[in-house]
Amino acid sequence: MVIIENWMMQKEKYSVLQLTLLVGARVAIGWYCLYEGVIKLITPHWTSMPYLMDSQGFLALFFRNMATNPTLLSIVDFLNIVGLIAVGIGLILGILTRISTVSGILLIGLYALSHPSLVASTYILPSGDHTLWIDKNIVFLFLLLILLVFPTGKIIGLDRILFKKPAKA
Amino acid sequence: MDEQNKKPTNNLTRRDILKGLATLPVLGAFGYGIYKKTRYDRLKRSAIAKELGLDFDDQPAKTPESLKGKALRVGIIGYGIRGEQLMRAAGFANPDLIDEWKNGALKSPNDKRYADFLAQDDLNITINGVCDLFDVRANDALKTAANIHREGSGGKMEQTAKRYRHYTDLIAATDIDAVIIATPDHWHTRMAVDAAKAGKHVYVEKGMTRTVEEAFVMRKAVKDAGIIFQLGHQGRQTDSFHKAKRIVDKNILGKITLVEVCTNRNDPNGAWVYDIHPDGSPATIDWNQFIEPTQPHPFSLERFFRWRCWWDYGTGLSGDLLTHEYDAVNQVLRLGIPYSAVASGGVYFFKDGREVPDVFQAVMEYPDRDLTFMYSASLASDRFRGKVLMGHDAHMEMENTLTVYPDRNSTRYREQLQSGLLSPDKPMLTYIPGRENVDAVTSATEQYFASRGLLYTYVGGKRVDTTHLHIREWLECIRAGKQPSCNIDEGFDEAITAHMATIALRENRKVFWDAAKEQIV
Repeated sequence: MVIIENWMMQKEKYSVLQLTLLVGARVAIGWYCLYEGVIKLITPHWTSMPYLMDSQGFLALFFRNMATNPTLLSIVDFLNIVGLIAVGIGLILGILTRISTVSGILLIGLYALSHPSLVASTYILPSGDHTLWIDKNIVFLFLLLILLVFPTGKIIGLDRILFKKPAKA
Repeated sequence: MDEQNKKPTNNLTRRDILKGLATLPVLGAFGYGIYKKTRYDRLKRSAIAKELGLDFDDQPAKTPESLKGKALRVGIIGYGIRGEQLMRAAGFANPDLIDEWKNGALKSPNDKRYADFLAQDDLNITINGVCDLFDVRANDALKTAANIHREGSGGKMEQTAKRYRHYTDLIAATDIDAVIIATPDHWHTRMAVDAAKAGKHVYVEKGMTRTVEEAFVMRKAVKDAGIIFQLGHQGRQTDSFHKAKRIVDKNILGKITLVEVCTNRNDPNGAWVYDIHPDGSPATIDWNQFIEPTQPHPFSLERFFRWRCWWDYGTGLSGDLLTHEYDAVNQVLRLGIPYSAVASGGVYFFKDGREVPDVFQAVMEYPDRDLTFMYSASLASDRFRGKVLMGHDAHMEMENTLTVYPDRNSTRYREQLQSGLLSPDKPMLTYIPGRENVDAVTSATEQYFASRGLLYTYVGGKRVDTTHLHIREWLECIRAGKQPSCNIDEGFDEAITAHMATIALRENRKVFWDAAKEQIV
């Protein structure tokens, strides 16, 4: 049994199995984000433009405008790459876990808003997905919210070292 | 570490360190994975693109140097739909049109039509003469020619042009060096020949001539006069076709035995049902002059404005649209005139009194090249069918982007196909304009966007008009005394090829080209 302060600063108790699964989930989603970020970084000419142009739903115009403004687009591209890599490393290593988790929620929340899985929507990106209302982004959002409510960075992760409280005298 | 552990401030234990760094090996595994993945991709790419020696550079930016010197004085004959486009590509737009562009830009920052037009290089020409048989268009041409500062209505205009009611007077004018001919096809030859004889350089729209005999007459006149001649196939400036030639020259497709090209349109304008101007009447149109080189016919607004629908004035799908497709392939494969042609078709959809078929197929044989060229056109269905060059080892889709797929039964790529390095349903080469290099691993998505103009329209932030480049090349050649890309020899091949298909259709027979005698039999 491991005891930790949760997001409400209340004591939370994890069994070893619970802790293992939570850390496993954290590392897995971290890996996913890190790879998404790194592959964008090393792909020549990568840009979020096609993805943004592909946007549908009530915010489509907002995202498409991002795509057609070259300055804004370069900022979006940069934040996307840096954001994904930072979130990925944060979650894998458990460093600044809470900030990483919240950043991940914001980032994936934007993806979800740009590509809502509506009855009538068909997307080119991602290709081969079959979803209705709930898609991969929404599942990731729930997963990240769970990780926010049940944090593990201070048990297994660099936050354990970073936020170690001084021993009481 | 032990020392750290002893520090009372953070009280780190060995347990803290171990648990704090427990997930660090995951990053190691990630790094290894990335290394393996990028190495695999790089090997795949180098195995295809690099080994084939296909490192494409983008077309270098044009330098204004080639346009310096004394301004060339140009006359325009025919200011209809195409004439207006040509003048715009040459740097002259009607102030009313500029008003429309400016309004568009005010409403939407994405409307770049005016910005694009302003960004277009100044070709250092003046329009000194305009000629159109319809008063409204002649006046529009004058207005456009005066707009040398590219301004909207109310802007500063300077009239340099004079209206000529007969083209012969425009050609005889001493203040004109070169003419752009954008009239119906039945006028092309007489105008180009007279211009050549008067020593004026000629840019003429396709189809080059209305009849076979005219193609010989035009070729002789242009060569005898030694003028600079350009036929209006702006596809000569399309960057992807230049790259396609390099792919073919490197024999990446293997032996090419079949080329398929198409026209797919499905709207009245695309089917030559052009607007009839409300002010068109015997009082505003010089009808007698319009029919002078062809069969007599009573005044007809349909025939004047929708002339492509009648054989008296136009050359049908063959002259209008097959020629563009043929010229695109001809510049890649150097096909020349075919050995034989058959054709079929009919007026199947636009039963508006026209003579010229709206559905048309032509098949041409090149036995010395072991190759068939097949054209298929419909003006009543716009299902996209592109240009495809089919080889034994691979086939290439040739549009603004190039996509090469290996053939399942290729001999050359057998090993790569077996090893999974290549796959018949995935492109082995893709070229997207605006990108520095040919890419062996490009996602289907990227191609999808590129093919719809969503990708490369924004790359570099500049759209380039091929017609502008084509006129520019003609003007540069006039200044430098060189031959442009679509010169009279290329034009002659195009004209004869198109006429063979038209004759095959109209006479319902297989038509042959006797190359030795230069005769259609």
